[in-house]
Amino acid sequence: MSVTMRPAAPSGQLLALSRAGGNLLALTHIYTATLVLGVGALFGMLQGLSRASLITMPPAFDYYRMLTAHGVLMALVFTTFFITGLFTYCVYETIPRVRSLALGWTGYCTMLVGTVLTTVVILHGDATVLYTFYAPLKASPFFYFGATLLVLGTWCVAFDCIFNVIWFKRMNPAKRIPLPAFIATTTFIMWIIATLGVVAEMGLLIPWSLGWTPGIDVSLSRMLFWYFGHPLVYFWIMGAYAIWYTLIPTTFGGKVFSDALTRVAFVSLLLLSTPVGLHHQYLDPGISAGWKWLHTVVTYGVVIPSFMTAFAIFASFEIAARRAGRRGFLGTIRFLPWRNPVFAGPALGMLLFIPGGFGGIVNNSYSMDVLVHNTMWIVGHFHITVGGPVALTFIGASYGLIPALSGRLLYAPRLALIQVYTFFVGMTIMSTAMHFAGLLGSPRRTSDVSYMGAQGAATWHPEMLWAAFGGTLVAISILMFIIVATGTYVANKRAEVAPTFAFADTDEDAMETPPVLDRLGTWAVIAIVLALLAYAGPVTQQLQAHAYLAPGMRTW
Amino acid sequence: MHIHRSERIWLFFGVAMLAIFLGVITTAAVVDGFVPPSRVQTIDPTKVSQTPPFDHPGLHKIADGAYEAYYVARVFSFTPASIEVPAGSRVTFYVTSADVEHGFSVPETGVNTMVTPGWVSSVAHTFNTPGTFLLICNEYCGAGHQLMAAKVVVK
Repeated sequence: MSVTMRPAAPSGQLLALSRAGGNLLALTHIYTATLVLGVGALFGMLQGLSRASLITMPPAFDYYRMLTAHGVLMALVFTTFFITGLFTYCVYETIPRVRSLALGWTGYCTMLVGTVLTTVVILHGDATVLYTFYAPLKASPFFYFGATLLVLGTWCVAFDCIFNVIWFKRMNPAKRIPLPAFIATTTFIMWIIATLGVVAEMGLLIPWSLGWTPGIDVSLSRMLFWYFGHPLVYFWIMGAYAIWYTLIPTTFGGKVFSDALTRVAFVSLLLLSTPVGLHHQYLDPGISAGWKWLHTVVTYGVVIPSFMTAFAIFASFEIAARRAGRRGFLGTIRFLPWRNPVFAGPALGMLLFIPGGFGGIVNNSYSMDVLVHNTMWIVGHFHITVGGPVALTFIGASYGLIPALSGRLLYAPRLALIQVYTFFVGMTIMSTAMHFAGLLGSPRRTSDVSYMGAQGAATWHPEMLWAAFGGTLVAISILMFIIVATGTYVANKRAEVAPTFAFADTDEDAMETPPVLDRLGTWAVIAIVLALLAYAGPVTQQLQAHAYLAPGMRTW
Repeated sequence: MHIHRSERIWLFFGVAMLAIFLGVITTAAVVDGFVPPSRVQTIDPTKVSQTPPFDHPGLHKIADGAYEAYYVARVFSFTPASIEVPAGSRVTFYVTSADVEHGFSVPETGVNTMVTPGWVSSVAHTFNTPGTFLLICNEYCGAGHQLMAAKVVVK
């Protein structure tokens, strides 16, 4: 073991000041996510009502504009701001030091400017291209600029976290990276590798939208989008897993089941996240069936970290219940704090993730995708995954994080509890109805599915009514969340003992963590090599086809 | 690294499930040819109306019970708007786009493919039940996307 020179311990006061500054930064991310979730939910509810033919959106603010706003705000903005805030907290809290917040705030401000720019362009109607922005639909250049800034801002936050971890390793070469910081860094490495794809796509889209290049390779831009689009999903899930593994056990006095296996799960997710994007393009022409099959195999691999996570979470429940003298399945269930929204939100999310995960296996099953591709089934799938488990986990964690970061007591905790259950019921109804509508063939991304009374379309309507009902419940529940979150700030109630939301310790019976897991640089290189291997063939196929370069079109 | 016995059993169950699924999918692909539509054929979308066979979109009879149908997708319609085939016919669809990304789907059948400008998509289906089937665009293509539909009549 090497002897390290430690710098003189900073004065406690400076450290406390630095910690307060870091908390404010993380809190600002979380509140921004909260606000965005509110706006996105309003649009979501209106869409549900439109699809059920209960309302008709006026031409001045049409369905597709709203759908673009909903998709961008929920999938790209809400999730991203929450995760950057969460991981800033994970790193700053577990690596205490007097630190500069310059890079962190630069990241936040860049993300915010990008978000505002993109949102204004969408609401103005100059980017009705949905959140996938498939060329040759051509949005205003400001839409692409805004989206790029959002990504570049996340890179600043990511590098801030990585630099802090590097500092920690330099100061403590013999120590393991603290688990929450390890999770944050692994996820951010995955995120940087994945977003290189969308930044490359922006490198094609921006000059084209400015009129500097005459055309764009449509299929190459699609491939770059989905190279990023699936890891985006894992980014959400890794954020939720971070909470399940390290924060949720605190709510019932439990511990992290295994430090080593948690790291194995996150390293697996890093490696398996990028070589899988073609499973979103199973029905695309111009990509050979063999490449698609290869991505099917790698996508299935995610079952391993998912099963490990399911095991670890339920094991942490059971071990804590046993220590409290409870026995058996029901004993464990009764032991858990179902009346605490910080626990109940993520736990209900875990329940939704079980059907969500199995639905994902269906989508990934190669030729079977033909039955569900671009139907409401897919919409049901991502609402029962990102809209359910991920959103419920983020909301539940917010009830713990906001008080801990702001020092304020949670406003109306009872409303918070009702909120998570309402959300669960609403999302279950909505996503179930969407799955059924999809099996009946109802298409996604379509404002009106009556097709002038065509007979095939009639069977979809009852499902759409259920979806609208469930969606309205979810929107009401999100309004409750906004009331609690903003109420906590406005009411500004302080307790004698500041509220905390601490990371769980590792179980004392757990095994030693092998040092190789902490070699994140090596894992990053392996992840890049795997991504290159999975994409070298399909990209070469696209480039060799000399596909036509499409001029931009505005069809809305 | 030690892994708990019950966790090993659990992970074995997960991996075995995957192996079975992958075996089924791969066997279906190799033996029965069940692969997602993956035609690799380029076309210039600006010259679709001059490029055979898309210069004359429509239904062509190849043999008894076997048809080829050529479709052009452009905002916000399909050409031809309607085709009619006898029950039991196997129809191979060839579709291309003259402008943006479209979808091509006959709900509740296996007919479902993306239509990307610059490429020809192809998918085949045997229509056994008589009836009027809706053929829709299932990828957002613009303000009139919800109107983009055609018919397949099976007699």
